[in-house]
Parts: sequence; structure tokens; C-alpha cells
Amino acid sequence: MNFKKLATFAAAAIIATPLFATGAKAYELVVPSLDYRTGPYAPSGIPYANGFADYLTLLNEKGGIEGVKVKLVPCETGYNTKVGVECYEKVKDEAPSRSLVVHPLSTGITYQLIPKASSDQIPIHSMGYGRTSAVNGAVFPWVFNFPATYWDGAAVFVKYIGEKSGGMDKLKGKKIALVYHNSAYGKEPIRTLESMGAKYGFNVMLLPVDHPGQEQKATWLQVRREKPDWVLMWGWGVMNQVAIKEAASIRFPMDRFIGIWWSGSEQDVLPAGDDAHGYLSGAFTAPGDGFPLHAEIKKVVYGANKGAGEADRVGEVGYNRGIIAGVYFEEAVRTAMKIHKTKEVTPAMVRDGYESLNLTEARLNEIGLPNFAQPVQISCDNHAGPRKVAIQRWDAKAKKFDIISKWYDTDREITDALIAEDSAAYAKENNITPKCM
Amino acid sequence: MLFLAETVISGLMAGVMYALVALGFVLIFKASGIFNFAQGVMCLFAALALFDFISPGGFMDRWFGFYLPIWLGVIATMGVMIILAWMIERFVLRFLVNQDAIILFMATIGLAYFLEGAGDIMFGSDVKPLDIGIPQGAVDFLLDDYGLYIEKLEIVAAVTATVLVIVLAIFFQKTRVGRALRAVADDHQAALSVGISLHSIWVVVWSVAGIVALVAGIMWGSKSGVQFSLSLIALKALPVLILGGFTSVPGAIIGGLIIGVGEKLAEVYVGPFVGGAIENWFAYVLALVFLVFRPQGLFGEKIIERV
Repeated sequence: MNFKKLATFAAAAIIATPLFATGAKAYELVVPSLDYRTGPYAPSGIPYANGFADYLTLLNEKGGIEGVKVKLVPCETGYNTKVGVECYEKVKDEAPSRSLVVHPLSTGITYQLIPKASSDQIPIHSMGYGRTSAVNGAVFPWVFNFPATYWDGAAVFVKYIGEKSGGMDKLKGKKIALVYHNSAYGKEPIRTLESMGAKYGFNVMLLPVDHPGQEQKATWLQVRREKPDWVLMWGWGVMNQVAIKEAASIRFPMDRFIGIWWSGSEQDVLPAGDDAHGYLSGAFTAPGDGFPLHAEIKKVVYGANKGAGEADRVGEVGYNRGIIAGVYFEEAVRTAMKIHKTKEVTPAMVRDGYESLNLTEARLNEIGLPNFAQPVQISCDNHAGPRKVAIQRWDAKAKKFDIISKWYDTDREITDALIAEDSAAYAKENNITPKCM
Repeated sequence: MLFLAETVISGLMAGVMYALVALGFVLIFKASGIFNFAQGVMCLFAALALFDFISPGGFMDRWFGFYLPIWLGVIATMGVMIILAWMIERFVLRFLVNQDAIILFMATIGLAYFLEGAGDIMFGSDVKPLDIGIPQGAVDFLLDDYGLYIEKLEIVAAVTATVLVIVLAIFFQKTRVGRALRAVADDHQAALSVGISLHSIWVVVWSVAGIVALVAGIMWGSKSGVQFSLSLIALKALPVLILGGFTSVPGAIIGGLIIGVGEKLAEVYVGPFVGGAIENWFAYVLALVFLVFRPQGLFGEKIIERV
């Protein structure tokens, strides 16, 4: 081979390499995980992040979604709003698909990302947290908050209390205290509770607790003085553990103390030991690892040493929420692929997938999660789906939560009016003309 | 009236818990002029190490197949804090002798981040329910017979703090090492010129502060479980230090009590009229009001510098 031939061959090889490389590099479905495995809130963040990661690993082990692999891009936020926004900026354009959806995992981060992600045309799924009025898809086309919102949680707790009191008419004159994290998250249920208080005649007592909530003596002294009939809690991190211990110390009955779902994980009750027995919290997924999917994760993911955490923690409350977030993502992507007839979906297509999501009980059965969560059907005017909540109770001896109630519907008369009012105010403030995409 | 008494007693008890953290700050500041930003993280680190020594699945269990009884675990953790003090002196402070206070302060900020990260890697981020036998819950007979709510844990903390202050007072006033510590605090170079080893003194004082951190870590860990938010309890100690003075052990205690009672009364009686959650910032307001009248704190040394 003379020099001219060699040079021609080399040049051809150089030109062809990127073409081959592009062809060989398969399309991937990018999904970031804005998780927090460090800092004061890590005990709550780790199980969720592990559940989400393990479910996506399982999907990839089984060939991906319709044959397309999922690319998980973790970014540590430390549950810090500023860092969360930086994480979003870092991962949003991740190749090849860009971020198909963002799970901010914090109400504060969600509030910051709503305008940014809407402008970047990336859907947000704030699952059971974030801005409640995002239920209205005509105003918030890029934000989804199914399967339930904080306002649904508050409404369901009042319904549960009404049922336990012998009927909603028996709520008249009762006193319900709200112990809440003094942040955007903690303040979410206030309007709902006040509206329901006006409707049913009960009094609402507000008790804010500042971050981090390590010292709550004054709060619980006020509970002791005012003697509310029920205490609701919107707490997070150490605030939950301290509140449950303080409630036990003043002998407040645990069967009249209900936490929102973010105040209802094993990490919240274990430090209180036996005193936490009977503590109640809201739930939108079943607890425990007794589902066929958990067995499959243990076998396929942990069997191959690819688990994100420890096998014996599969099935914790937070872990199961991570799983269901993964399932919702999978089904939204499948739906997007069907709608747009392509496997190389973009964030805008996945938004359409989320908005047309129809996750039936039959499909949950097929996935290996029978009676694990409520079926979900999303539409433009309902980004929150079923909006049903069950009550779970902590068994301190068995060290596990059990669902003890039916799935309650939200109070639509109250919450829908508040959603319409709040979303209309947001639309006006931001010059948005409400319309379905 | 009973409720007011309850609020005051709860405030006093909470104040003792703050004072336990503040004591560690005072010890190091008194002996070396360093404001140790890492004191809160040292409480966390000590509690994490103790939990690991005495729990199944911890360091001892993994490496030697058994875990330590509580008393031995406490001693082992003291050993860890002494080794940590030696390492801090050897690898951080030794290179910063005679540097400005702000340089030393910044070094302790780095130390705080390092210890927090190391604790995370070594012990994990989970909440660890620490049970070393300290009684929990309300004192039953007071609650049942007199309707008075006082927590057992806080009584134990009050007794522990009293013992700790007596021991520290004896240590500072009556022992050779204590006198040497005070000499170093007054003037590094003068202390060196009379043959006091600055390096040894720093190891001693950081060891003592580490042991005080262990006591505070045990109390706060028993209250809320050992978790990374424990490092934030340093924020509760700051107003105590401002009020009590950075160089006074009794000041830390008295300051803690005033802050504890003040913030509880404010939260319970003023909070409902201004939206609540005022106790955190009220503690700082209270401390700042004291500063107007006594800039050196209640018991701090008045520093007069001639120009």
C-alpha cells in the first residue's frame, strides 16, 4: 500500500467513524433523579431514591421500555431548593433525549421549577407534593401532581375524622390542630382546613414549627393547653420524629394523630419506639414488600448485585413511593410512544403521555402490584388523577405500617373551588391564557 | 398558673439541653480563642460512633462478631473523640499557630464539612434510635397527681449538666492542666515562653470538648434519634453563647436557661398573636438585647485594648 492509498483509507476511516458511532449509540430515555442522600433529610430521601432507581434498573434488565433503555441521571440536592434548581439546569439537556420528566422531590424546588420547566418544555411530576392547583392542566400544562394533592390529604383526613366521630355533622365545635413545617410545603393544607372548618363548624388551630424542628416543646405545650380533639401533621425529617415523641410524652392518643404521607414512613416512627404504636398517616401506596414486583426486584436487581440500597429495605414506605413514580414514568413513556408512533420520544411527547395516562388495575396487576395503588386516569382538567387517600397505622411491635381504611375520595366541593381560584390567580399573575394542549 | 409553671420548667429544661452544646464551644474558645464551628457536628459524630459501637450490625459487630455493652461503648467513643482531637491538632491546628482568629474559625468550618461527610460514609444517613437506658416520657406521678408535665429525659440532662459543670470547674481551677489551659487562652506566646506545650494543650482541650460533645450527642440523640440534623443544634447554642459569654462555663448554663425560658414563654404567649414559630429568632433577639447592655455577654471577660 503506497502513501496515497494509506492516506485515503485513513481519511475515509476518520470520516466514517462518527457515522458508525452514531448508528451504534442507541437512543436512551433520560430521566433525572433529583434525590437527596445526604444531609438532615437523607433518611426520608434515600428509600425513595432507591425504589425509583431499582425499578428503572429492573426495566433495563428486562430490555427497557418497548426496547429502549432508560438512562437514570442522579443529582444530589440535599433537599435544598437552590441546589435543586442547579441540578435541574445541569440535567435538563442531558443527551440523547433531554430530560423526559423531572421529579423535583421538594415542594420548594417544584415552585421554583414550574416557570422554568414550562419554558423549557419539560414535564414536572410532583407526585403528592408541590403546587396543588397544578391539578388544572389548562393553566399548568407541564405540571402533574397525581395521584393526590395536599388539599386532598387534608380533605380526606377531615372525612376520616368525621367518620370516626359518627358523621360529618358531629364535627361541629371540635378542634383540629395542624402542626406544620413552617415552609411552603407545610402551609399548603391551611386554606383547605379553614374552608372545611367553615363548612363543618370545627375550629382549626395552627401550630407552625421552624426548620428543622429538633425542639418542639412550646408547640406541644400549646397542644396540652388547648386540648385539640385531633392533631394533623405536615412535617418533614427530624420534625416528624420529635413530634411523635412529644405527642407520646404528653400522652396525646396516637389514634387521633394523623400525619400527611410525608410524615408516615418507618424512619419517622422508629425513634419513638413503642410509644408510636397506633400513629396514623395518609398513604397513596400500600406499604410492605409482599407484592410480586418486590420479589422480582429482589431476584433480578439484587440477585445481580445491581440494587441501589440494601435488599432488606425493599418495601419500605418511601421505597414503594419510588417504585410507583417509576411505574408512572414507564406508563407515560409507553403512552407517548403510542400517541406519537415513535420510540425516540422527546419531553414534549412524554408530557402528552402523562396527560393521556390511563393506568388500570389490570395493568398494575400485570406489573406485579395488585391493590398497591389506585388506578390513574389523567386528563387536561385533572392532572392529579384519582385524588384518593387511605389511612395507614403503625404497628410498633411488628415494626410495619398497615392500611386500615378504605380509599377516601377528596372533598371536591371544597378543593375544586380552591383549585379553580388559585390557578386562575396564577394565570392572571403570569399572563397565561388557560387552554388545553 | 400551673401552665405557666410548666412552660417555665420546660424552658429551663430545654435551656439545659442548649447549654450542653454551648459548653463545648466555650471550652475551646476559652482555651484557644477558636470559635469551633464544628462543635455541632462533633456532637453528631460522637453520637453516631456510640450508636455504632453498641448496636448489632455496627463496626464491632461487623469486624469482631459482637457489639459492646453501653458503658464500654461510651468509653470507646471517648477514645474516638480523643483520637479525633489528636488528629485535629496534628493535621489542622498545628499549621495555624498564631494565625488570625478568622483563619482558625474558617478551618473549623472545613472540619465541620469533613466530619459530616466522614460520618455519612462511615455510619450511613439513617435515623438511629439511640437507647442507652435514659428514661423517656413524662414523669408519671407529677402528671397523674399534680397535672404537671416534665420530661424524665430532661431531668437526666439537668443532672448531667450540673455534674459536668462541677467537674469542668474543678478541672479548670484546681488542676495543673486546667491552669495551663487558661494560660494558653490568655496568650499563646507567653504560655509557650514558660514551657507550656501548645500542641498538648490543644489536644487536651479538644478532647474535653469532644467528650462534652458526646454527652450532648447522647442527650439529643436519645430525644430525637441520632440523625444528621443533630449538627444543626449548634444554631441553638449560638444565642446562648452570645448571652452567656464565650469564655464562661457558668455563663453557658445561665445563658442556656435564660434563652430556654425566654423562647418558650415567647412562643406560647406571644406566638399565637404573630403567626407562631417565633422561638428560633426570638432567642437571637433576646441575646442581642443583652448585647446592647453587656457586649461581652453576662459572664464574658471584658476585653480592653489600648490603642
